[in-house]
Amino acid sequence: MFQAIMNLLSLWALPVIILLILTVGLAKKVPLYESFTDGAKDGFKVAVNIIPYLVAIIVGISMFRASGAIDMIGQALSGVLAALKIPQEVLPVMIVRPLSGSAALGVFSDIVHTLGPDSYAAKLAAVTIGSSETTFYVLAVYFGAIGISKIRYALIVGLLADIIGIAAAVLVCHSMF
Amino acid sequence: MNYIFYGLIVISIITGALNGRLQEVVNSILTGAELSVKVAFSLIGVMAFWLGMMKIAQESGLVDFITKLIKPVTKRLFKDIPENSPAIGDIAMSFSANALGLTNAATPIGIRAMEELQKHNKEKSTASNAMCMFLAMNTAGFQLIPATAIAVLIGAGAKNPTEIIAPTLLVTTIAFISAIVLAKVFEKFWAPQKESGGES
Repeated sequence: MFQAIMNLLSLWALPVIILLILTVGLAKKVPLYESFTDGAKDGFKVAVNIIPYLVAIIVGISMFRASGAIDMIGQALSGVLAALKIPQEVLPVMIVRPLSGSAALGVFSDIVHTLGPDSYAAKLAAVTIGSSETTFYVLAVYFGAIGISKIRYALIVGLLADIIGIAAAVLVCHSMF
Repeated sequence: MNYIFYGLIVISIITGALNGRLQEVVNSILTGAELSVKVAFSLIGVMAFWLGMMKIAQESGLVDFITKLIKPVTKRLFKDIPENSPAIGDIAMSFSANALGLTNAATPIGIRAMEELQKHNKEKSTASNAMCMFLAMNTAGFQLIPATAIAVLIGAGAKNPTEIIAPTLLVTTIAFISAIVLAKVFEKFWAPQKESGGES
């Protein structure tokens, strides 16, 4: 029942928003087509503007992943993991999550298939993924779009919040599953 | 950003060399660069669509309505931004889209919010307090339903895939609140924008 409601909500969220915007627009006599195309013109410009920033950050992260540095961090932290009862397999998800969404999802799928979808590791990884964002990507896209290069404390806050999120995920999962 | 960029690349090359993976590191430059352009191009269409929709929402007064609705909260979070700025409406819309898991809609609207915030920014190449707050809200990744994670669990035949919803909601709320508090704390103690221009 609950699952059916959730599925329904996910399915209808977008159509409802689009209908709402268009219907209110029509009721307020907004020239829908002209306004839409006028706003949409910026889409190309913004997407092209962020390319240099994306190249810098995505190439950096790709190199970092290819270098094997993530495995080394994992090895260095294995003692801490054992103490906190975090399954070894989940650590790569936690490290990769702020760097790359697709990579984190890849590691997560791998855990689900090797250890089973009902394992503790799979659930912890699922909560970690569901409750965080790809911090580096978000920073590159949002600041890149408006040409900000001095980001001040934005990255530190993002990463600290990620760490708090991971700690919370470990605590919550430990007491619930 | 300078140090992050330098650090990522130098660490990668050194650890790559130590691990005997230098060739992979070099190859990843090409694949990474290709991926960036793919990501940007895949954004063009959806960006155009949502920027178009947002323009209608703005002209119909829908954005103003939402702006007024959430004023009590945004007034505290974004002190430097005038209450009736379109930035506030964009921030609210982008946040709602993120919470509903509509990343495709959230990114274009979020970028529009950043452009509006930039109009209130005194120094155009340095992030303002309001921008850092908005980014903190975004990187915390608040989500009501972790649709992607559930989809993977369902695909693998989990017995009860939706049981992760409650813990995820709890964790994402904790992370989200910490991000806002941290942004506020750093706002107080970090060197103000004008004098130093900040670092990295």
